[in-house]
Amino acid sequence: MSLEVQDLTIDIGERRVVDGVSFEVPDGARVGLIGESGSGKSLTALAILGLLPDGAHAGGSIRWNGREILGLPDRELAQLRGDEIGIVFQEPRTALNPIRTVGRQIAESVRIHEGLGRREAAARAVAEAARVALPDPERIVARFPHQLSGGQRQRVAIAMALACRPRLLIADEPTTALDVTIQAEILELLLSLVKDDGMSLVFITHDLAVLSQIATHGVVLEDGRVVEQAPVSHLLTAPQSAVTQGLLRDATATLWRPGGIA
Amino acid sequence: MSFLFPADGVLMRARGLTRRYPMPKTKLFEPRSYTSALEDADVDVREGTALGIIGESGSGKSTLVRLLLGLDVPTSGTVEFDEREVDARAPARALHWLRRETGIVFQDPYASLDPRMSVGRIVGEPLWALGLGGDGEPGSHDRRARVREVLEDVGLEADMADRFPHEFSGGQRQRIALARALVHRPRVLVGDEPLSALDVTVRAQILQLLGELRARDSLTLVLVSHDIGVVQTLCDEVIVMKDGRIVEEGPTEKVLLQPQVSYTRRLLASIPVIDPGA
Repeated sequence: MSLEVQDLTIDIGERRVVDGVSFEVPDGARVGLIGESGSGKSLTALAILGLLPDGAHAGGSIRWNGREILGLPDRELAQLRGDEIGIVFQEPRTALNPIRTVGRQIAESVRIHEGLGRREAAARAVAEAARVALPDPERIVARFPHQLSGGQRQRVAIAMALACRPRLLIADEPTTALDVTIQAEILELLLSLVKDDGMSLVFITHDLAVLSQIATHGVVLEDGRVVEQAPVSHLLTAPQSAVTQGLLRDATATLWRPGGIA
Repeated sequence: MSFLFPADGVLMRARGLTRRYPMPKTKLFEPRSYTSALEDADVDVREGTALGIIGESGSGKSTLVRLLLGLDVPTSGTVEFDEREVDARAPARALHWLRRETGIVFQDPYASLDPRMSVGRIVGEPLWALGLGGDGEPGSHDRRARVREVLEDVGLEADMADRFPHEFSGGQRQRIALARALVHRPRVLVGDEPLSALDVTVRAQILQLLGELRARDSLTLVLVSHDIGVVQTLCDEVIVMKDGRIVEEGPTEKVLLQPQVSYTRRLLASIPVIDPGA
C-alpha cells in the first residue's frame, strides 16, 4: 500500500502554487512535509485526499497502491477517504460537528464505511474512544465537542480518522493549536497507533523539532517546489539546500535549548 | 542591562493581584460561584530587564499582563507603575500617563491592525491619542518624521507609511504593530505572544530585532509566551504560571535549567527538541 506523488501541480486561477512535487510514501513509512506558510504543503495533502478547494486544479499523478486517484469521481474518493486514507486537521474545533455527540461522530464513519448498525456502531465508538485514551470512554461519547478540552477534541478527531483502520494517515499540523504538554501526548499517541497498525503516515508541519520526533523521512517544500528530500536524520545533520539550512538555523535560534545557550 | 540599575529599581509592581470571573448561575438559590483567572500574584518588573511569563493556555498569563497595564480591573490587589498606583477603574483619560510609558504588541498581526487605516496613521495613532509630539513630549510637532523613523527602526521602509495593512505579509504586519507600540518611546514594551503566529524565519528576525531594540533603548520588556526558546533567548527573569498561580520564578537560566517545581519540569520535558536520532 504505497503512495506515489509524481510531478504534482496545483493551479489556482492563473497562479501555479504547487509546481512539480514528487515524493513517495512506501508501506509503513512516516514522511514529513515541511515548509513555511504558503510553501504548498497543505495543498499537496488536500490534493491526495481529493479535497482541493473550488477553483484549484491539480495535474500530474497521485497513485495509491498503483491506482491513479487524481481525478477520481467524488463518490470513489469519498469511499477511499476514511476507508483507506484517514485525515486529521490542525484545528479540532472546526473539524468536529458542534451539535452532535462525539460518540455519534466516531460511529458515523464506521456506519458509512463498514455498514454497521446503530447499536454496533455505538459500541464501536466507545472502543475507539478507549483506543485513543480518552478518559472514561463510555461517558465521554455522550458529550458534545464544546464540553471537551482541545487535546480531547484532537483525540476524538484521531479516533474518527482511524476508526476504519485506514492504511494511510494524513495529519496536517495536528498539534500546532495545542499546548506543549498536550502536543507531547498527542504525538506519542499518533506514533504508537501508527506503529501498532503498520500504517503509513504523511505528517505536515512547520516545526523541525516535531518533524524529528515523528517522521523518518522529510520532504522540504518552498514556493510549491520540493527543494530537498532525505531521511530526517540527514536533513537535520547535513542539510543540502539553502532552504533547509535556513529553516534549521532559524529554528535553532528560537528553539528551547535544554543544555542552555552556548 | 540590569546591572546598570539598583536592585530595587522596580518599574512595575503587583501585590496580591487577583482576578475572578463570575460563573453563570446554575441553581436559583445557591450563591454564585467564581472562577479564578489569577490568584494572589506578586510581580516585580525591574527597569531595563526582560521578564518572560510562561505557562499553558488558561494559566493566567494574559490576565496578568492586562492587569499590569490597567486594561482590566483586579478583584483584589494593587498595581503600581514607577511607584504610582494604576487605577483601572478610572476613566481612560486618567490612565494616559500609563499609556505613555507602555506599549503593547499582540499575537495576531491580522487582527490588530485596522484595515482601513494607512500604516502611517496606524503607527502614529498613539501620538495623536496621547497628545504627544515626535519626541514623546506633549505637543503636535514632528509626528510624521517620528513615524518614518520608527518604521525604519523596526526594519521597514519609511515610505510604507502611505500603504495599507493588506499589502503586507504577516511578518511585516508584526513589525508595523511593533512600530506602533514603540512610536511614543515607552519605557516598557509588553508582548502577548508576539511571535507565536509567525513562521520560524520571521520569528528569528523579530526576535533579533527585539534584542537589538532592548540593547539600544534599554527598553524594559515583558514577554508572554508559551514558546520557551524565545523566553530563553531574550529574558533575564522568568515567571512560570499554572491555573492562575505563579508556581515558580527566578533568573531565566536557573528556572529553565534547574527547575525546582515538578510542573516546570514537566512543561520543559514536553517541548520537542530537534533530535536527529529520534
